[in-house]
Formats: sequence, C-alpha cells, structure tokens
Amino acid sequence: MSKMTLKTEGDTHVVVTRRFAASPEAVYRAHTDPNLVQKWMLGPEGWTMPVCISDAKPGGKIRYEWTDGKGHGFYLTGEYLELEPYTRIVHVERMHLPDPTPDNHVETRFDADGKGTLMTMRMTLPNEQTRAAMLATGMERGMEASYVRLEGMI
Amino acid sequence: MSELNLDAAFSALADPTRRAILARLAKGEATVTELAQPFEMTQPAISQHLKVLEDAGLVTGRVDGARRPRRLAKAGVEAMDQWLAMLRKALEKNYERLDEVLAGMDHPKTRRGEHR
Repeated sequence: MSKMTLKTEGDTHVVVTRRFAASPEAVYRAHTDPNLVQKWMLGPEGWTMPVCISDAKPGGKIRYEWTDGKGHGFYLTGEYLELEPYTRIVHVERMHLPDPTPDNHVETRFDADGKGTLMTMRMTLPNEQTRAAMLATGMERGMEASYVRLEGMI
Repeated sequence: MSELNLDAAFSALADPTRRAILARLAKGEATVTELAQPFEMTQPAISQHLKVLEDAGLVTGRVDGARRPRRLAKAGVEAMDQWLAMLRKALEKNYERLDEVLAGMDHPKTRRGEHR
C-alpha cells in the first residue's frame, strides 16, 4: 500500500507525495485528461464532478465543479502554466467557496520509481497566513502549533 | 463556556474569513482590534464572525481589564482536527480511486509492447 505523505515546507509550501503502480505517462494523463480526472478527483464519498474542464496546454483553463447531489457544491478554477509530458505540470488554482481563495501555485512532478511512479505535488501559497488557512481547511499538521499552545493555556 | 456544536462548528468553518481568524488564533490569543487589522475588516464585522465562532464553541474569550482577548477553545481545536482528518481522508480516497483508474489504463486491450 503506497501511503500518502503530506508535509509543510518553509513558510509557504505544502508538499504531498504518493506512489502509484503505473507509468509516469499514465499518472500524468490521469491528472490532465478531463475524462480521467472526473473519475477520481471527487473528495468525500458521495460527491461527483459534473463539470470537468482541463485544457492541458500553457494558458489553458481548468474548471472543476463538485456537487454532493443534495444542493451543496463548490468549484475550482485555474490555469496551466507549464506542461512537460509526462514529467511535470505547473498550474495555479483557487477554490470558490464561493469567494475565491488566494491563488495556490502547484508544481506536480511524476518521476519513474521502480515499476511505478512517485508523484510529488508542491504547493506554494502567497504567504504564511494563507497557508495556515488552507491547512485549516484541507490538510494535516496545521494544528500542531495550536496544540502546543493550548497545552499551555488550558 | 459554550459546548461544541459540531454542525455549527462545520458551518462556521465553511467561511474563509472565519478559518483565517482561527488560523490567527492558533498562534495565540488576540483582541478584536488585533484581529481586525490584518484582515482589513471593520471591528463590527470581525465581532460578528467571532460571535459565530463562539456560538459554535470554537473560540472562547476572557476578561482582562478593558480587554477581552479571544483564543481557540479546546473543542475548537478538536473540531478542526476532525475537519483536517476528514479532508485528508478525502485526498487519500482520491488517490485510491486514481489507483483504480490507473489499473484500468495499464491493462489496455491492445498491446503496445513498450512495458513489461
């Protein structure tokens, strides 16, 4: 089982790694082909992505819309900046909740790793506060500092 | 002190300003004035967000003379931790689904003969 890792780096980065039992080409395609993205980038059980636009070329638009089928939903927009088939994707993205979050600059690398692929996704947020807010919405470790602080307060 | 209301906590967490306030309070207690500054919001607007957070049991305050500094409530930290765990799980779930998509892609009906 290839475990995902998720860690912060410096003040503004978040790094996610995951190994896949497939070629870098396949993993790259699964990240850029909208028909494939729509099959897996769904979040919690029960959510679907009825709209998936991924125009995989420099300057190409990204738009993912999710719904839980019960009237709740949100969407993400972005643009591709650089594409190096099948090793590297650089794009920016923002969530609309519905107000847009600050731009998240994402570099995703696909490196051959034995018979499979090591994916490394490196996110860069505009500043420490934005990263803290993003960690608070979606990531682990963001609360370590507060736990330490709370031990002193409660 | 208000008890944690999980529904209220999650709906409080759905707002980006309130998440940013929590992220700020995670670094230490702060007054409304101190909170209003970095967010470029008026004090009444911040107070309103704080009320939602307090009602949800995520934030608590103490009286210090004329000051009333706010800090994260223990329940608030636990709620956020649950939230993090939930979203981390969502990300892991995504990659498990991707494993299945890849498994389908890696066994094409037509041989290409380049691997294995």
